[in-house]
Amino acid sequence: MSNVQKQKRANKSLPFFFKDEFKVSFTIILVSTILLISTFTFDIVPPILNRGIQPATFPKGLLLLIIGLTLIVFYLSIKKPWKIEKKLPKTFFLTLLSFILFVIVSKTLDFFLAISLLSIFVSYCWGERRIFYLILVSIIFPIIVFIFFETILGLRFPPGIITNIYYQV
Amino acid sequence: MENLSLMFAPLMSSKLMIVLVFGTLFGLILGVLPGLGPTTGGALILPFTMTLDPLSAIVLLTAIYCSATYGGAITAVLINTPGTPAAAATCLDGYPLAQKGEAGRALGMATVSSTIGGIFSVVVLVFFAPLLAQLAYEFGQPEYFALAIFGLTMLASIGEGSPIKNLIAGAFGILISTIGKDFMTSIERFTYGINELSEGIGFIPVVVGLFAISEMLTQSTLLDQVFKRVALKAVKLPSLLDYKKTWKTILRSSGIGSFIGVLPAEGGTVASLIGYSEAKRWSKNPEEFGKGSVEGIAGAEAANNAATGGAMVPTLALGIPGSATTAVILTGLIIHGVRPGPDLFREQPEFLYGIFGSMLIANILFFIFGFFGAKIFARITLVPNKLLWPMIFAVSVCGTYSLSQSMLDVWIMLFFGVIGFFMRRYGFSVVPVIIGLILGELVEGTLRQSLVIFEGNWLLFLTRPIVVTFFILSFIALIFPLLRKKKV
Repeated sequence: MSNVQKQKRANKSLPFFFKDEFKVSFTIILVSTILLISTFTFDIVPPILNRGIQPATFPKGLLLLIIGLTLIVFYLSIKKPWKIEKKLPKTFFLTLLSFILFVIVSKTLDFFLAISLLSIFVSYCWGERRIFYLILVSIIFPIIVFIFFETILGLRFPPGIITNIYYQV
Repeated sequence: MENLSLMFAPLMSSKLMIVLVFGTLFGLILGVLPGLGPTTGGALILPFTMTLDPLSAIVLLTAIYCSATYGGAITAVLINTPGTPAAAATCLDGYPLAQKGEAGRALGMATVSSTIGGIFSVVVLVFFAPLLAQLAYEFGQPEYFALAIFGLTMLASIGEGSPIKNLIAGAFGILISTIGKDFMTSIERFTYGINELSEGIGFIPVVVGLFAISEMLTQSTLLDQVFKRVALKAVKLPSLLDYKKTWKTILRSSGIGSFIGVLPAEGGTVASLIGYSEAKRWSKNPEEFGKGSVEGIAGAEAANNAATGGAMVPTLALGIPGSATTAVILTGLIIHGVRPGPDLFREQPEFLYGIFGSMLIANILFFIFGFFGAKIFARITLVPNKLLWPMIFAVSVCGTYSLSQSMLDVWIMLFFGVIGFFMRRYGFSVVPVIIGLILGELVEGTLRQSLVIFEGNWLLFLTRPIVVTFFILSFIALIFPLLRKKKV
């Protein structure tokens, strides 16, 4: 039996709240509802300044539309279940983790260092083992990009341990 | 006639010619690399256009648009993977023909039909964009509102995938456009005390996130994929027999592509699929399709390149993008202080005809580069993803940061990258989000101004004939997929 068939069979036996259709629809409706509630906190414009409708009315309408359409999508998925997606591989989660590391390093240490670390991390996790290429991706290429943006666009990168050294020199 | 002579202005300017050559080459590289394409490439290069004058900037973006759309065919023929989504239909016959040892013939047919389709669509653009712009003089706020609604419903109707999911994605895009200070009353919406959000969410972080970063995440799940490459000796011009066999298909697909391109949707992708199926329907040898038919290649390629000029028609005439890439071009226009619409045709004809001319020249240039350099461009696909994507990430981050020098834009880009990945995984196209984001302000602004004009009476929308026409068309666009489903 193929993996897809196995997964199909396993998916059929799953309770509805474990199925992708439910998880996706539920997430959209939950987020939309939270946003909808937050629209009630928007300031109200006095009638004399009001241009057509209140500023909260349009987003409210959109969120209700999204919730309504998502309910239709969920209803239709009961009749015709979605295609079963393959399980996400380890490399996906490692790439996602590299984004989190990028945010942490660029906020605490250095923007340039964060790009370099992400590049070497992703490249390594995706299977690159040759030292020269790892250096190319994590050091040489980011330096070229950095200098290019700095000189051509006159961009000032955010301060950090490496960026500060560059600007002092 | 005087305006038409302006079309050849780019030929007289060495600067514009350099920009055109660079844009065409860069576009070909983007088109050849699976996962990248004109939308991502255009978004990434947008910050660099700030160093150029407005005409050069738009010429660069349109050259990328034209050549990247063609470039996708090279990968489709040689490794059976579309370089761009618009080249998906080209794989069906391009790769089987290449496997028979006729990769040169397949690429020759793709190159010729792409060029003819592209040039045909520029002719459509030159004649129809001014007509549409003239029509738009009659438009007031209610008409623009109805037009924007029509655009969004068309997106749901003829876009890829489920129409309802497309509508959700479009509504999500419009919702993103409401973040920040309300442009009419300055009331803050969805800012949650973050000052940087007061100005709203920028277009570029969202585009780069939804296209480049989400694609990076997608690639991380496809590392075990093995491409079988077909050897290419040289691109061959189609024989007389091939021309005899395909000229009707090329013309038909050019017409289909130009028409589909005008409608706001994933122009090239949908056009190539329709162009391909129509080529099969009208063919004397439909049994050859899927086994290496040159008609199949011609049908798909002429249509997807014809969609480029078509998509530029509403973009320039009305300020409503015909595709995700034209949404990037529209952003480029706005960044450079050019407001598309009827006034642009009256006040800056040299600018517009310069764009038309450059698109025409870009089509000829990619023919030359494609014909003589396809073998070299094909080698670009040898760059492994484990090296390519970290580099793209570095450019994406710096490019996104550069526009307003804000780290928040970088976080937004990453956030939308993750959202885009899951959207695509569960069958939600990301293109409607982009179109919704760019049309959001127009939809809300025109709705509210219309309500001011109508003193809050919604029924007065129905007293305007153009509005009613657009509403009827929107209704048809919404029920069309249901009717199509029933028929199937």
